[in-house]
Amino acid sequence: MKNKSLVSINDYSKEEQLSILELAAEFEKKPVQNILQDYVIASLFFEPSTRTRLSFESAVNRLGGKIVGFSEASNTSVKKGESLRDTILTVANYSDLIVMRNPVEGSARFASEISPVPIINAGDGANQHPTQTLLDLYSIQKTQGTLDNLHVAMVGDLKYGRTIHSLVIALCNYNTTFHLVSPVELKLPSSVKMHIKERKLAYHQYTEVEDVIPNADVLYMTRIQRERFSDPLEYERIKNSYNLSYEMIQNTKENFRVLHPLPRVNEININVDKSPKAYYFEQALNGVFVRQALIASILGLK
Amino acid sequence: MEKKKVKELKVSAIENGTVIDHIPPSAVFKVIRILKLEAFEDMVLFATNLESKKYGKKGIIKVSGRFFEPQELNKISLVAPHASIIEIRDFQVASKKIVETPNQVNGIVKCFNPNCITNKEQVRAKFTVVDKEDTRLKCHYCEKITTRETMEFF
Repeated sequence: MKNKSLVSINDYSKEEQLSILELAAEFEKKPVQNILQDYVIASLFFEPSTRTRLSFESAVNRLGGKIVGFSEASNTSVKKGESLRDTILTVANYSDLIVMRNPVEGSARFASEISPVPIINAGDGANQHPTQTLLDLYSIQKTQGTLDNLHVAMVGDLKYGRTIHSLVIALCNYNTTFHLVSPVELKLPSSVKMHIKERKLAYHQYTEVEDVIPNADVLYMTRIQRERFSDPLEYERIKNSYNLSYEMIQNTKENFRVLHPLPRVNEININVDKSPKAYYFEQALNGVFVRQALIASILGLK
Repeated sequence: MEKKKVKELKVSAIENGTVIDHIPPSAVFKVIRILKLEAFEDMVLFATNLESKKYGKKGIIKVSGRFFEPQELNKISLVAPHASIIEIRDFQVASKKIVETPNQVNGIVKCFNPNCITNKEQVRAKFTVVDKEDTRLKCHYCEKITTRETMEFF
């Protein structure tokens, strides 16, 4: 995977994805290693982010690397009207690898085509967020002991949730049965469903989360994202569609786990946190190991 | 044979040029726009809602003194996937072929997604045709699907 940009999850084959997960497990055992001391990583966040940016920066710091970049575009040349093209070509001079989040869809693919250094897409609008997918796969594998033949329920904003789109596509490699729970307005788009159909995998659609809990191995919750709605009234109407509580997950399978890419709003009651089946904070920690593995692979250090 | 002759006469013959036949009636004006025939200075004849044995109704366009590059014909296939292209030389049919929907569509169609990089910066729009029958184009950049209903041409 040396020098291979990661823009969409399918840029990496199943074998490449699994090798990242394997390497992530190594970093989990030994997260502090001085392998990046001669490297500068650019972290370009044109849009705010807490977890993704900090976990990337934490991953680099724990490996002894240096970071240059910005956490919002407002105090950069972008504000002066600089094109993404020029920003990337400039920053590529200063770094060995660029991690980028940008609200414009397709911006990461474009950047990867013009940049002389590899690009890691840390989210391009509502399109792709492949490092989240890798950490989700890692979390599923770790909690279930396998990625194969699982019943995965996905709940919330399936239409605009980019983590959902990438995860669905990735799980199509593992004979997953999909249980898709969303308000009618936020159903999984046909462009993503196409992948499930191509692999002839089973999927079921629901509007109530109660219907999927008893049979699920993994319950992947997502937030209804305010920023994806142009109409505030529509957001108000559907924002409280789901609220998972401690009581609701009492009669679940032994291996059942609740995952969430975070941040959550009110789709998971905080009383779920005390359940051993709540896994979302560990999931966020896994993001550091997976990103360490990815950076080390792309720079050819592992 | 008799009937065909009568139909041909509805749009008179051209000496040299291109006949685009079997266009869905709803797409005739789109084809005119795509091929920029509005600005064309030689004779252009067209008719729509003609009877067609194959398709029920059809449109036809005859462009005098003009032959098209494959690249231009590809554009037509996106709105008229079964159109036939007939080249006329000296009032005779010189060649006849059906348009083919390409696998890739580059620099012809705009991505319908206003938040796509191709609509924000100077990036050439590129698509993979994921469904030729329904004309569904997947954007190389934002990965969204542009359909016949949302399709706009440069």
